[in-house]
Amino acid sequence: MPRAGDWLILVAGLALVAGLFLRAPAVADRVTIKQAGRTFLETHPRIDRTIAVPGPLGTTQVEIKSGRVRIKADPSPRQLCVKQGWLQAGEAAICLPNRVSVELGRAAYDSLNY
Amino acid sequence: MTASTIELKASPEDRRIAALAAAGIGLALAEAAIPLPIPGIKPGLANIVTLLVLYRFGWRAAAWVSLLRIVAGALFLGTFLTPAFVLSLAGGSASLAVLVLAIRLPQAWFGPVGLSLLAAFAHVATQLAVVDLWLMPQASLQGLLPWFLAAAWLTGLVNGLVVARMMNLPQPECGQEIAA
Repeated sequence: MPRAGDWLILVAGLALVAGLFLRAPAVADRVTIKQAGRTFLETHPRIDRTIAVPGPLGTTQVEIKSGRVRIKADPSPRQLCVKQGWLQAGEAAICLPNRVSVELGRAAYDSLNY
Repeated sequence: MTASTIELKASPEDRRIAALAAAGIGLALAEAAIPLPIPGIKPGLANIVTLLVLYRFGWRAAAWVSLLRIVAGALFLGTFLTPAFVLSLAGGSASLAVLVLAIRLPQAWFGPVGLSLLAAFAHVATQLAVVDLWLMPQASLQGLLPWFLAAAWLTGLVNGLVVARMMNLPQPECGQEIAA
């Protein structure tokens, strides 16, 4: 019963839905900041803030902005973790000299928050 | 003081619009009674009425029927002037606007199925945009878009097939039965 143009719309609609599913970004809803192997702070990437993490060399600045996370500043000599920029979901940035790591990951199911 | 009587004269067209809107309200209420596992997804059966009215009586009648159904349906369900009503109004207006434009497409190629699908997409996309921008600006709902569009694809297709089927029924049966 559908006419030629209807088929076109149907196929285009299906392609749009499939494309959106494939392009859907991985979900990241947990930022874990560790200092010397111990959890320094766990927070949500939707809460914009800049966190100062003290380490043996100085202070590492971690910036959280609109769901993204990066190391904004770090006292390490080579600045590797700063150059890494904004993290993708599932990535981690490690500032080895200052012993700070930041991970953008997925929270385990949390029955208290639900 | 003499008692004055206000008499409202309903033209046959008014009656027809009222009857068609009642059909839409009936479908909307029946649909609200169906339990669905996923919140926010429903078949949108009342859009069948809107599309049929648009084909048969033009966009003015379709706009009236759609608006009356949204307002009266919200009154019946107790959601009038709540966020649910705003969502319903936004989705209904967007899908109607898309339908009014899409019905100008060449009818040899584009029938009710395509129009229904476009309307369903417009409905869902607008509602999600309203939620994202106004109701829950801090929550990121982009992840939900594919799921809602997938549901809209299915319901739009089914509703469109229903409309196509009803339009193949002999004309008087549908039109006059309702107008009577």
